[in-house]
Amino acid sequence: MLFSIFAILTVAGAVAAMSFRNLVHSVLALTFAFAGLAAIYLLLGAQFVGLAQILVYVGAVAILIVFAVLLTRDDGTAPRSILSSSWKESAVVVLLVFGVLAWTISRSLVFGQGGGSLPRDVSMQEIGNALMQRFALPLEIVGALLTVAMIGAVTIAVNEKEERR
Amino acid sequence: MGDAADQFFVNLLHRAVGTLPAGLRPILSSLISVVAILSVFAFLFAVTTVLERKGLGRIQNRYGPNRVGPLGFLQPIADGIKSLTKEDIVPHSADRVVHFLAPLVLVFAAFSLYAVLPIGRNMVLADLNAGVLFFFAVSSVMELTIFMAGWSSRNKYSLLGAMRAIAQMISYEVPLILSSVTVVMAAGSLSTVDIVEKQAEYTGFFPHWFVFTPWGFAGFLLFLIAATAESNRSPFDLPEGESEIVAGYYTEYSGFKFALFFLGEYLGLFAISGLGITLFLGGWAAPFSFLTWVPSYLWFFAKLILLIALFIWVRGTLPRLRMDQLMNFAWKFMLPMALLNLVTTAVWHFLAQGVVRWVVCILMIVVAYVLLGRSLMHGSRLEKRVYRFAE
Amino acid sequence: MLGEGIVKGMMETARNFFGSYVSKDRLTTVQFPEERLPSIEATRDFPFLVYDGEDWQAGMRCVACQICEKECPPKCIYIEKSKDKKADAVGKPQFYPAVFNIDVSVCMSCQICVEVCPFEAIKMDNEFELSTDDRFEGLLWDKARLSKPNAHYQNIHPTDAAASDAILAEEKAKAEAKTKAAADPKSNATLASALQTASSTQ
Repeated sequence: MLFSIFAILTVAGAVAAMSFRNLVHSVLALTFAFAGLAAIYLLLGAQFVGLAQILVYVGAVAILIVFAVLLTRDDGTAPRSILSSSWKESAVVVLLVFGVLAWTISRSLVFGQGGGSLPRDVSMQEIGNALMQRFALPLEIVGALLTVAMIGAVTIAVNEKEERR
Repeated sequence: MGDAADQFFVNLLHRAVGTLPAGLRPILSSLISVVAILSVFAFLFAVTTVLERKGLGRIQNRYGPNRVGPLGFLQPIADGIKSLTKEDIVPHSADRVVHFLAPLVLVFAAFSLYAVLPIGRNMVLADLNAGVLFFFAVSSVMELTIFMAGWSSRNKYSLLGAMRAIAQMISYEVPLILSSVTVVMAAGSLSTVDIVEKQAEYTGFFPHWFVFTPWGFAGFLLFLIAATAESNRSPFDLPEGESEIVAGYYTEYSGFKFALFFLGEYLGLFAISGLGITLFLGGWAAPFSFLTWVPSYLWFFAKLILLIALFIWVRGTLPRLRMDQLMNFAWKFMLPMALLNLVTTAVWHFLAQGVVRWVVCILMIVVAYVLLGRSLMHGSRLEKRVYRFAE
Repeated sequence: MLGEGIVKGMMETARNFFGSYVSKDRLTTVQFPEERLPSIEATRDFPFLVYDGEDWQAGMRCVACQICEKECPPKCIYIEKSKDKKADAVGKPQFYPAVFNIDVSVCMSCQICVEVCPFEAIKMDNEFELSTDDRFEGLLWDKARLSKPNAHYQNIHPTDAAASDAILAEEKAKAEAKTKAAADPKSNATLASALQTASSTQ
């Protein structure tokens, strides 16, 4: 029952994010959807992922989106309609993608297995051990990727400053 | 006697909940704990506002408020009545929904932070496996509410103040989290209860608090500075200091919503001091082994009051930092210092116990501090100022 | 070294904090209205009319010359002359004010009325706690409210009162000498009056 409440809230947040005219309102609705996702993770017993979802998405990504929205100048857009002009084609594509995803999930191993029993609580030590031993290579690759992204951002910013001089 | 006084509130809770039907017990137990936390920390907020004004007054050679009640201690009641009866003005073009929600979400987030702080032995609301992570996750929600407040006021200056506040808070989150990570490394767990249990042991007289190690001391200082910046408190109060001069993200709020913002800010301060106490100062553990008969929650609140006094002292001493000075300090000094602290913790952990590891770790930290300090102060002239025309 | 200034600053504020409890001269706050600063002699707030002796109507020094009314910059003084005469401070029969009103809400305490009065009749008081809830009648003072004895003037401005009393005593002596010389039938009266005019023009 708790799951359905959070699921409905998440979907409502996502739909609201698409349908608000004011851009900042849709960002806040999107943040609400992120929080709903975090609640679902916590319901599944995944403490680390749920809390990291809040920390990263609500605390950093939402703020990033907000900065991006505010720093790009809005030239007073005329109020457009919510639906774009090609909504029929996009509806077909969306239904196709949803069908493929649903079919894939229904054929997976986890689906339909003992509905109602919670998975075991994974402790932080297990996650830490797994990250450092079994998944050490992916961790290093992700770290390298983040470093590259940061260096790229700094390079762009430095170049911009020099150009402006 | 010691144990009975120590577990007084826990036993009281068990007895109160035991009189109720078994199905409702978990929920009612949490509910009573939540009510206790709300009332205790709201009362502490009221007392802190008076103590801060009186303390700042004495530092500035004047009396603080001393008219309402004995020595002025009923002043928060007068302030509360004032803020409740003020007219609630919302600007005409402001975003009403977001304007209304911002202080609510702030107070909600600020109160949720207390769920993982162990206030005494066996006195934590939620013993989460990832308690420290929960704390940082919820405190990052508070930054978003500041943006909501600044944006919804539909005021250029509010928005600018909110942007600066967010930039400051996310810059100082990095050293804050890094200095907490050193404690997590040393304790081996993210659960706040485990961290305090680790520090509640004694060798002879001295406790095993993490602040009494070189890396813990440096980490504690970094944590305190970052905590001051996170709660937008002097000397890092440019976002709200600007509001005295031009405007800030508080400006379009009046009456009770303003009081809620104040409440949220102070609660955030208490929560982050509580986390600092839990991580570095041993939580509810007594400072010497012969003092363990004093109840654990009294030690927690004593340390909390000491930290609050320290914050008030710093507020009365230092002038406000400018935005670029603030950011320079965070990224060029505190971040390298925090990373080096992390390395020092690891070195401490792997060297054998004895004088050698003390000397090595102290050297590492002091050398890094001096070199980074020199580079930060490079180019600033700090001699006595010479006036060309005024002499 | 980085942080040295902060530590020094915090020591200074700690010294201030503890010092404010210990030494009296750190806290210079005067807790009004329980404590008050002693008023200095040159305080001036609003005017009052001086009277000599016990009866405020008989001993009033003001002779309704209306100089202060004309000189007052915001024109807050209103005087109506009487029809009959009474003796003034030196003994000569003069007019006296039937109505003497000062609108204290207009008065700006410039002291010009005091400076131009030739009869030492109007002086500045030192009362400032004059709040009233009656904006119009409460701040329009009549001559009964404005009259205060010379003893009060000597109390609040001792040096000025001494000077004022000296001037009045000298004028009284001159007036008495004049009346005595006029009452004396000998021919020395002309010599005495010539000496008097010579000394008065000096």
